[in-house]
Amino acid sequence: MTTVSLTVNGQSVTADVDPRTLLVHFLRDNLRLTGTHVGCDTSQCGACVVHLNGQAVKSCTTLAVQANASVVTTIEGISQGGELHPMQAAFREHHGLQCGYCTPGMIMSAIDIVNRKGNALDEQTIRAELEGNLCRCTGYHNIVKAVAAGAQGMAQAPLQQAAE
Amino acid sequence: MTATGIGAPVRRKEDQRFVTGQGRYVDDFNRPGQAHAYFLRSPHAHAAIRSIDTGLAMIMPGVIAVFTGDDLAADKIGGLICGWMIHSKDGSPMKAGPHPALAQGKVRYVGDHVAVVIAETLAQAKDAAEAIVVDYDVLPAVVDTAQATKAQVQVHDVSPDNTVFNWHLGNKDETEAAFARAKHVTKIDLVNNRLVPNPIEPRAAVGEYDFGTDNYTLYTTSQNPHVARLVLSAFIGVAPEHKLRVIAPDVGGGFGSKIFIYAEETVCVWAAKKVKRPVKWTSDRSEAFLSDAHGRDHVTHAEMATDETGKIIALRVHTTANLGAYLSTFSSSVPTYLYAPLLSGQYDIPAIYCEVDGVYTNTAPVDAYRGAGRPEATFVVERLVEKTARELGQNPAEFRRKNYITQFPHVTPVIMTYDTGDYAASLDKALEIADYKNFDSRKQESARRGKLRGIGFSSYIEACGIAPSQAVGSLGAGVGLWESAEVRVNPTGSVEVLTGSHSHGQGHETTFAQLVSDRLGISIDQVSIVHGDTDKVQFGMGTYGSRSGAVGMSAIAKAIDKVIAKGKKVAAHVLEASEGDIEFKDGQFGVAGTDRSMAFGEIALQAYIAHKFSGQDLEPGLKEGAFYDPTNFTFPAGVHICEVEIDPDTGVTKIERWTAVDDFGVIINPMIVEGQVHGGIAQGVGQALLEGAFYDESGQLITASFNDYCMPRAIDLPSFQVGMTVTPCPSNPLGIKGCGEAGAIAAPPAVINAITDALGHEDIAMPATPQAVWRAAQKARMPMAAE
Repeated sequence: MTTVSLTVNGQSVTADVDPRTLLVHFLRDNLRLTGTHVGCDTSQCGACVVHLNGQAVKSCTTLAVQANASVVTTIEGISQGGELHPMQAAFREHHGLQCGYCTPGMIMSAIDIVNRKGNALDEQTIRAELEGNLCRCTGYHNIVKAVAAGAQGMAQAPLQQAAE
Repeated sequence: MTATGIGAPVRRKEDQRFVTGQGRYVDDFNRPGQAHAYFLRSPHAHAAIRSIDTGLAMIMPGVIAVFTGDDLAADKIGGLICGWMIHSKDGSPMKAGPHPALAQGKVRYVGDHVAVVIAETLAQAKDAAEAIVVDYDVLPAVVDTAQATKAQVQVHDVSPDNTVFNWHLGNKDETEAAFARAKHVTKIDLVNNRLVPNPIEPRAAVGEYDFGTDNYTLYTTSQNPHVARLVLSAFIGVAPEHKLRVIAPDVGGGFGSKIFIYAEETVCVWAAKKVKRPVKWTSDRSEAFLSDAHGRDHVTHAEMATDETGKIIALRVHTTANLGAYLSTFSSSVPTYLYAPLLSGQYDIPAIYCEVDGVYTNTAPVDAYRGAGRPEATFVVERLVEKTARELGQNPAEFRRKNYITQFPHVTPVIMTYDTGDYAASLDKALEIADYKNFDSRKQESARRGKLRGIGFSSYIEACGIAPSQAVGSLGAGVGLWESAEVRVNPTGSVEVLTGSHSHGQGHETTFAQLVSDRLGISIDQVSIVHGDTDKVQFGMGTYGSRSGAVGMSAIAKAIDKVIAKGKKVAAHVLEASEGDIEFKDGQFGVAGTDRSMAFGEIALQAYIAHKFSGQDLEPGLKEGAFYDPTNFTFPAGVHICEVEIDPDTGVTKIERWTAVDDFGVIINPMIVEGQVHGGIAQGVGQALLEGAFYDESGQLITASFNDYCMPRAIDLPSFQVGMTVTPCPSNPLGIKGCGEAGAIAAPPAVINAITDALGHEDIAMPATPQAVWRAAQKARMPMAAE
């Protein structure tokens, strides 16, 4: 067993883990943060995307020990004071989800896209940037609309962006 | 229309939990003392099992138990079943081989279940599975659909030539006579490619047994938990029906693949009692590719006859349908009664005859996948119609229009009675949205850039709202296909609806609440939709075949009518008026011709305190149930137009425009309906351009991960132009037809018709990958050289 210490959604966490434990399993099984999902075993689907030190990573291909001394944000950590993060609100407003399984990864990736590409995102950029996230329900049409709207919303809510 | 009533694009109630990571899927459930199951699967497509030695595995760290098919047999656990009996032309019943949950003596496809290891952790279970020694006598495999009946390999003893059934529908003599007098006959050979459903949530199961009460609980990724319970109890014999609780909580997409009752959940429930621990299994994606029921996989030859006026006079079809190594839960119905009855499409075709050979192969079982038989039928009809129009030199849109059914009801030669529709209206609207009149100039503009532009139509029809129980019973179904609902009004006036439907992305918690809000005049926030738990909800049939609006909501509407009727009795007592004078409108029970009235919530309270009426003539309480059995299928139909641009140098096909005009009857929530259309189109485009499950000759699935099986990504798809026309469905109280499968049904022929239009080429197989399109483009450019 190896000891890992990290900050998850603003909370300090220390735990002993099997060295082969993946970050996604650490989050789901040790911390019961089950919003982060596993949809494949080849790092393709993106249902497991979280932020590691502010950048999107696939937590199914990150070892928990790699996250030692890091800051991790999951889908459970982005809303503040009962208010949805603008990207969460945009997914709801634009019907960017159906079964909801890919949604946490989509939202975490979408926030990362905005952080990297800015708040004015055209359709082609969004579609290209969503390369690492699969959705089987929506045909992406409304996800693309949601990401564009969420990006705009993040421009109007700098406080929440900073909280990332 | 109110802001939350029927027709309003209400934002979904369920989204709050999904966007915040608070959804609860099966893998999120962990039970106290839980152990983990891992299935050892066959690495061979076909092999006799000489022996299984579990001795070493049993002493591995953390191992609790290792079970094989012998252990299930010793406990008299039955095999998995196929619930739809198909009879061959000669009247003989289909030849169904045994389907044990864990192999007994033989494995029949790669991924077949050989043994299960139950251990303290999943990693320990996986490690121990590697220590199981299986002595296989590897046998040759049959994989190819078209060759299955000619192979030297026999998948099941019961079926010497691998034929499950030779089935037919329609009128052979009339069809032959029509072909004999035809002016023109168009022929086509088609392969409907095998697909893997791939909901992003993999299947999962947690079995639990309570020694105190003798109750079993199964958490499972199911679209129809009551059907799962019925099959597990009455047929497989894992637990008595009244002792088994099946919970299907949030389920992350199904697309058909989670209708079926699989080996894994069977074993988890059974093993929980054996090891005296809850047993959990979660599929990884590789397992999903190997063992989830696949879809499609047809090989078809079809011919269409036209007369001198360009009217279609007959259609004949021969299809070989690959059913895989075992018959999955509803597999036999998919290439038969969900397929051939749709071969009339939107067209007035006087004579149709279809033969279907269902065959076994050493591949994963094939069953219903979004559309289930109807995409296969639509692909046949729409490719043939397109090809016929081209051969006759007619405009493909106008050739379709000329042959559309215009009088309703319309009885087809393949047992369907279409109730209503206006196909020309959808075509007109689609042509307008697609800006068809300027297509030629866009094509010329593409040509100037060295690109090939094409346009493809698909005039699809589907039969949804599955289905009148008497009808499906006469066709071989083992169950009725009604739906149930219970509307519980609480003393405070809030309402719980217990529905037999199951939501796994469809948004029932919102749509169903809209109906209740609309009918009872209460806030949508006062309505809860309860589903997916057999201990809470009365028996119901579940969600598939676009049935939850037309059938599930009709049951709710029927129960609401009973609630209102009871409410009128209560109001009559409380308002001291005659029951006949009570009117219910906008959430108020009032006495006609007076200003005396009480709100719905007040009447609910009165019903429960029951101070104003004696128990003799009126029971307290306000709760009503209903079972709704439809009187006919519903017939959603529409026109999709796909416009592509192909780069002949790379073979890359880009979808430039997608127009969908659908007639789903009355729409409850247009936002959700459009979302269903988008998702369906994406799966249909996936089939046409990207997806294909391929086995090599030895039966190894060579597309068994997202690395190798090309799922549609955002960049592969355009934004969609979605329009609607409405002819209300006359056969259910809400006028709903259903929308869940339309896109997946309509899309594949629209794409292929567009590509072949662009290439001027007769046919191209699905998936039309860049390589395939490039080859076809070279052939079109230099026909002589390519020969």
